[in-house]
Amino acid sequence: MIDSKVHSILFVGVGGQGIIRASDITCEVMMEAGFDVKKSEVHGMAQRGGCVNSDVRYGPKVYSPLAAAGSGEILISFEKMEALRYLKFISKDASIILNTEEIYPPAVNMGAAQYPDDVIGFLENHYEKVIAVDAVSIAQKAGNVKAANVVLLGTLSSLMDIQHSIWESVIRKSFPQKLVKLNLEAFQMGIPA
Amino acid sequence: MKKVLMSGNEAIARGVYEAGVRFAAAYPGTPSTEIMEQFARYDGVYAEWAPNEKVAVEVAIGAALGGARALAVMKHVGVNVAADPIFTVSYTGIAGALVIISADDPSMHSSQNEQDNRNYAKFAKIPMLEPADPQEAKEYVKLAFALSEQFDTPVFLRSTTRVSHSKSVVVLNEPQIPENKTTLAHNAEKYVMVPINARTRRVEVEKRQKALLSFAETFPENKIEINNPEVGIITAGMPYNYAKDVFPDFSYLKLGMVYPLPEKMIRKFASQVKKIYVVEELDPYLEEQIKALGIQVTGKDIFPYTNEFDPGIIKNAIHSNLHNAVSPYKESLAHRPPNLCPGCPHRALFFALKKSKAYVHGDIGCYTLSYLKPLEGLHSCICMGASIGMAHGMSKALKEKGKGKIVGVIGDSTFLHSGITSLLNMAYNQSDALIIILDNSTTAMTGMQEHPGTGYTLMGKETKKVNLTVLVSALGIENIRVINPYNIEETQIAIKEELARSGPSVIISQSPCILFKRANRKPVPPAEIDLDKCEGCKVCLTLNCPSISWKEGITKENSKRKGVAFVDETYCVGCGLCAQVCKFDAISYGKRKHQ
Repeated sequence: MIDSKVHSILFVGVGGQGIIRASDITCEVMMEAGFDVKKSEVHGMAQRGGCVNSDVRYGPKVYSPLAAAGSGEILISFEKMEALRYLKFISKDASIILNTEEIYPPAVNMGAAQYPDDVIGFLENHYEKVIAVDAVSIAQKAGNVKAANVVLLGTLSSLMDIQHSIWESVIRKSFPQKLVKLNLEAFQMGIPA
Repeated sequence: MKKVLMSGNEAIARGVYEAGVRFAAAYPGTPSTEIMEQFARYDGVYAEWAPNEKVAVEVAIGAALGGARALAVMKHVGVNVAADPIFTVSYTGIAGALVIISADDPSMHSSQNEQDNRNYAKFAKIPMLEPADPQEAKEYVKLAFALSEQFDTPVFLRSTTRVSHSKSVVVLNEPQIPENKTTLAHNAEKYVMVPINARTRRVEVEKRQKALLSFAETFPENKIEINNPEVGIITAGMPYNYAKDVFPDFSYLKLGMVYPLPEKMIRKFASQVKKIYVVEELDPYLEEQIKALGIQVTGKDIFPYTNEFDPGIIKNAIHSNLHNAVSPYKESLAHRPPNLCPGCPHRALFFALKKSKAYVHGDIGCYTLSYLKPLEGLHSCICMGASIGMAHGMSKALKEKGKGKIVGVIGDSTFLHSGITSLLNMAYNQSDALIIILDNSTTAMTGMQEHPGTGYTLMGKETKKVNLTVLVSALGIENIRVINPYNIEETQIAIKEELARSGPSVIISQSPCILFKRANRKPVPPAEIDLDKCEGCKVCLTLNCPSISWKEGITKENSKRKGVAFVDETYCVGCGLCAQVCKFDAISYGKRKHQ
């Protein structure tokens, strides 16, 4: 490993979307791939519909589990508008993976606020690489909407130089036997053609 | 050596186990809860949820006086509850070993304040270790037990949310085989803190302080790293990692022991570097003590007093000319405040309670979330157990002006934690407030922990279950009513009648947490909205149920309606509250759809 840099991936979204599980899997993968790795996460309110975010940082030696604002290299947003909330934390040349699922915040539900228009267009105007994925539909095709988080990991894997077999073995370890096949398929389907 | 990814809390539990410790007591509280949950899973351990942190510490002291090596775990504000025994066990010392874990919450991710519990170490004259990540957390808790045994003292281990809830690579060690040193040995002069003995022990504390001070000078986890001698950073815990992330080339004095401080080592470091920054979250705890040594340092002049740090905050404070990172998106985004779950019994209770227009003293639990719009269910919330005393005090002060208008709400776990004595006071001194115990049969906010009212222990054993009605009655409360909050109309009537009464009343609002597995609820089909009947009045939206939303633009002939309510079937659990509040009979529930 010549690269001494610490890399940061930001996982963001809404409680209940499997974000923590996805960032855990990514950490395991980076550890298996021989990197030092640290991650942060916010607990407690996740089940109750709040915002959830988790930084995953890897490199030859990682000190901080939190990335400095403006330094994230990949933003993986499990909900469409949530990507906008965390742009301060990524660099100008960051890549963005965007699940197109919309989950309305209470104020939007109540008709008191608007859900932002054309999130994808805005992101494409400001960032070079934006990959929009309909992870829910893909997961449905794979057999279960709950695998949307693993679909997004498939997409993430396409931006990282990590052996496919490592992702596969960690996914195998991360789910009960009867869900392994479904999740491996979801992962594969998330990799852009 | 096996390497695994672990959270700080998992690593602490592992470290305690590796140290051969088999006894622990705690009360759950974010960010500390998982330590006990993990520890309880190891073979051959005894772990218990105590009703509160004071009891947990006393249980651990008792075990330690019997020669056991004991652990007590709590969140930062829990140490306030347990402070009484802690300050005096510092005098007595222990026969076995005693480690108290304080998990602090800078930024108040899940707390009512962000007090800096390093101050407790200095205040109570108890040594404190502070790890910076999960690997250190595992090692430091072992060191803490060794220190406790060596110096006959309780030892604090301080974690913070970022240490407890971050994950990193941890190397597992072979667990030490526990040695049973428990024994019934009398030593009344050491353990009976009447003034004559306490005065003797007080002197022992100062002797111990001296010994600890020289220990700190050679403690291997107090580390000097000399790199660039121009700038030195003195820090401890997680902020060390933030600083190293952005300033890998500066020199460091990283303190693994934050009380007492190694005076000579600090002087030595100061002589080796030109400019010193003290990097610490919250209070200028290290800064003040270092300045008192006559050493010039920069600290809270440039670093914030409030909230947790991150690498960017440290970089920007030291390089004051840097531009802060900004988002290109300038519009405001709708927040996602945490909300009560779909089907939560608290939603029903607070919807009914709001109609009474009472002043509601709140407490700590999921129901604190009812403060938010549109339920706006609380008008005060200070700490665990405070609602009852506050409702009583307000009622006494306001006399006739407050009659029928003052309520205190408190969860079952919180009531058993520190509400019982306040209710006893209320019965004793007789005020007119109404107390509502929100009994959801679990400690829901921290993730379903058992308590004395659940009938099960932390180890999963069936046990005695306190009967709240009998308990409340025994305290001297005569007006007690048990209700099912899901019936909104009956709940409103009960609240109205109890508020009208003279003297204290208690309503026990009984319904298990919707996420509570043992309640064995049968699945109910989701609510359905009849679009012909919905008038778009939005009253169901005032329940703030995550599964009900508003769809603009669906109009109907001869009606002013501008839109309709909409139920998201994937979230709805069919609790039926929306059907009860709908005035147009447009919502039905509990019926299977005709296919």
